[in-house]
Amino acid sequence: MTQSMTGARMVVQALKDQGVEVVFGYPGGAVLPIYDEIFQQNDIRHILVRHEQGAIHMAEGYARSTGKVGVALVTSGPGATNAVTGLVDALMDSIPIVVLTGQVPTFAIGTDAFQEADTVGITRPCTKMNWLVKDTAKLSETIHLAFHVARSGRPGPVLIDIPKDVQFADAHYVPREKIKPSHYQPKVKGDIEQITRLVEMIETAERPVFYTGGGVINSGPAASQLLRELAEATGFPVTSTLMGLGAYPASGKNWLGMLGMHGLYEANLAMHGCDLMINIGARFDDRITGRIKDFSPNSRKAHIDIDASSINKVVHVDVPILGDVGHVLEDLLRIWKSRGRKVNKAGLATWWKQINEWRAVKCLTYKPSSTIIKPQYALERLEALTKGMDRYITTEVGQHQMWAAQFLGFEGPNRWMTSGGLGTMGYGLPASIGVQIAHPEALVINVAGEASWLMNMQEMGTAMQFRAPVKQFILNNERLGMVRQWQELLHGERYSQSWSESLPDFVKLAEAFGCKGIKVSDPKDLDDAIMEMIRYDGPVIFDCMVEKHENCFPMIPSGKPHNEMLLGDDDTQGVINAKGAVLV
Amino acid sequence: MSPLNIKQGSSSHSAYDLRDPHAEVIESHTLAVIVDNEAGVLARVIGLFSGRGYNIDSLTVAEVDHTGHLSRITIVTRGTPQVIAQIKALLARMVPVHDVHDLTEEGPSVQRELALFKVAGKGEHRIEALRLAEIFRAHVVDSTLESFVFEMTGTPEKIDSFAELMRPLGLREIARTGVAALSRGV
Ligand SMILES: Cc1cc2nc3c(=O)[nH]c(=O)nc-3n(C[C@H](O)[C@H](O)[C@H](O)COP(=O)(O)OP(=O)(O)OC[C@H]3O[C@@H](n4cnc5c(N)ncnc54)[C@H](O)[C@@H]3O)c2cc1C
Ligand SMILES: Cc1ncc(C[n+]2csc(CCOP(=O)(O)OP(=O)(O)O)c2C)c(N)n1
Ligand SMILES: [Mg+2]
Repeated sequence: MTQSMTGARMVVQALKDQGVEVVFGYPGGAVLPIYDEIFQQNDIRHILVRHEQGAIHMAEGYARSTGKVGVALVTSGPGATNAVTGLVDALMDSIPIVVLTGQVPTFAIGTDAFQEADTVGITRPCTKMNWLVKDTAKLSETIHLAFHVARSGRPGPVLIDIPKDVQFADAHYVPREKIKPSHYQPKVKGDIEQITRLVEMIETAERPVFYTGGGVINSGPAASQLLRELAEATGFPVTSTLMGLGAYPASGKNWLGMLGMHGLYEANLAMHGCDLMINIGARFDDRITGRIKDFSPNSRKAHIDIDASSINKVVHVDVPILGDVGHVLEDLLRIWKSRGRKVNKAGLATWWKQINEWRAVKCLTYKPSSTIIKPQYALERLEALTKGMDRYITTEVGQHQMWAAQFLGFEGPNRWMTSGGLGTMGYGLPASIGVQIAHPEALVINVAGEASWLMNMQEMGTAMQFRAPVKQFILNNERLGMVRQWQELLHGERYSQSWSESLPDFVKLAEAFGCKGIKVSDPKDLDDAIMEMIRYDGPVIFDCMVEKHENCFPMIPSGKPHNEMLLGDDDTQGVINAKGAVLV
Repeated sequence: MSPLNIKQGSSSHSAYDLRDPHAEVIESHTLAVIVDNEAGVLARVIGLFSGRGYNIDSLTVAEVDHTGHLSRITIVTRGTPQVIAQIKALLARMVPVHDVHDLTEEGPSVQRELALFKVAGKGEHRIEALRLAEIFRAHVVDSTLESFVFEMTGTPEKIDSFAELMRPLGLREIARTGVAALSRGV
């Protein structure tokens, strides 16, 4: 016989049943019964945030760094609306989170009651699925279904809106294993015929490239392992989107670096010049394709994706494979091996020779300085001094994010948390706290821009309260650097509103929060300062004063093909086409 | 450092490529979508169309399985083949969606719509309206000395042409249900 309990207790019970250990949240009138239940138990830890947006990004950081579902709990009205940005962020980046919102009592819905908002209406396009639960008898079932939906298929955020009277009422609790299976069961096994077609192409391709993405991370660590095996066994080069970094190790010999708008020269030219493109869990984002018409014009393309709507959405592919990366790669490897592990050795040798010429361009070269800290240098030092440590990186959004992607190396999946699809400034600090809560012993660093960082800086209070020793590595250029770069290159150097004026003294700010502040502006002091940051047992705000006008290169201007890439400030003089043409 | 010579208004002037990559043939498709009959599901389906700028030419919804609580949504939409494929994939991945049928693609189908026409008039016009109604097999479901309400079932095209003919004869109002459709055969 199932137990009878209040809706509020059911929430906590269902979370326990789902193996939830941590909830990120903020209380309010419409969730008080649930908070009362949280108070009376010790299995689930509650992290009190300072703003509901922070709760969602923390849940995202927690989810992305563990592969588990992240959970957040917020109140009705403003609590729910504050969560909206985080929901869209998670939707765009396919991050599995469950968000519980309180709602006014069912009898008050629609009356413009105190702190009433149409939460399911507002968040419908911001979630993979959402529910308003009007009957306590349906609550436990809905919560279990929500977890299933969040983690199955293409992962994403789901939301459950729970009116206060539903939290107070009694009903029977339905445990996880008693729920009738949902009809929502996305297909994970790929079509063997299509996989075999891809194997045939792999056997003969002269200029192949693996274009990997966030889907490899979503699929789980086993998928990354299979990707490595496949890349080593075939000898094919591997590039990745911003979202897929770490799936193939940066130290791996087939690694070309990130591709796309700010991707590496060799990666983009390999994409442009390949004759076989194998997209594994990436979605042909516009930061990748540039001008569609000229996107990799001479290649046959295969696409492995769990979401049918990602396939043929922007780029037509020759071999569509609907399924989970891990499952498909397993079949692919098995079939390829059983057919004799064939590749076009001669073709590959020439291809690698070409790639190595592109590599020799050393596209990440920047002008060093002995007086000013170049942001790239700061990241090179951070990389050198933290390499081999149990390290997780989060970022904010802007130039610093791109430099972090270029200059830091990721050896494993789930070590890199960034807001790619929505590009949410203010993501990194809360995300770093979520990661640290999941990995208390690890070194968690948020590579930030000063402007982004200010957007959710209140969460330093959360870091202090819960002893999350997150390191806030701020590359302070006193500019909205990414905006400034676009204005310089595309808007006649009219720097409209792209200054970070009236910045706080970050060291004093750190002291005000009770943590450590470090400021550095001389390249000579950088290493010691970074070591001090790492060694400090607690949160640190690291104010790294960097070159204010550095531009992030390589850069492919929007709507341009891959081979029209800007490599440095010299390229921005006048025409792009002339230099671009020489590059191919 | 000089700025790039990129023309104002050209695609590179923006963070997005502003050109439409899919400018090609437009097709009309009738989709039958089987969904859980739950609050918010219709809003989610419609939101997909409005949110992504797809067209809805006709929409009908009703519960068709009372024990399983399943509704059938019939949508007539327009787009390039790529857009139609995208719409179907986006519908199919929705959690409350059980099935998506493209009746246009899956072979011949029957499509019917019901419409009511209020036609007001006297004398010759009134007689002509009745005569045409008979030809179109429309039924009179309400009549006063000065008006008729005709009921007609047919393809959307047939309803359109009847409406055209009634216009000069005193057409006042039309109510249409939208298309219901089933594939032919089993
Ligand atoms: C300022 C800025 C600049 C940027 N510049 C770049 C850049 O230069 N280069 C770059 O790469 N990105 C860049 N981005 C990020 C970019 O906007 C996109 O977020 C990113 O390219 C998308 O990565 P993805 O294709 O791997 O897709 P994701 O968003 O990670 O999507 C994953 C795909 O895999 C599928 N999938 C999910 N789970 C599975 C599974 N289990 N099995 C199979 N498939 C699965 C999904 O359906 C989806 O199609 C930038 C972002 C910002 C904010
Ligand atoms: C919430 C939000 N608002 C606006 C933007 C647009 N935007 C992208 S990058 C950027 C500047 C970021 O400045 P900073 O954090 O200092 O990073 P930098 O580029 O200087 O490294 C802005 C305003 C955004 N991505 N997110
Ligand atoms: Mg900045």
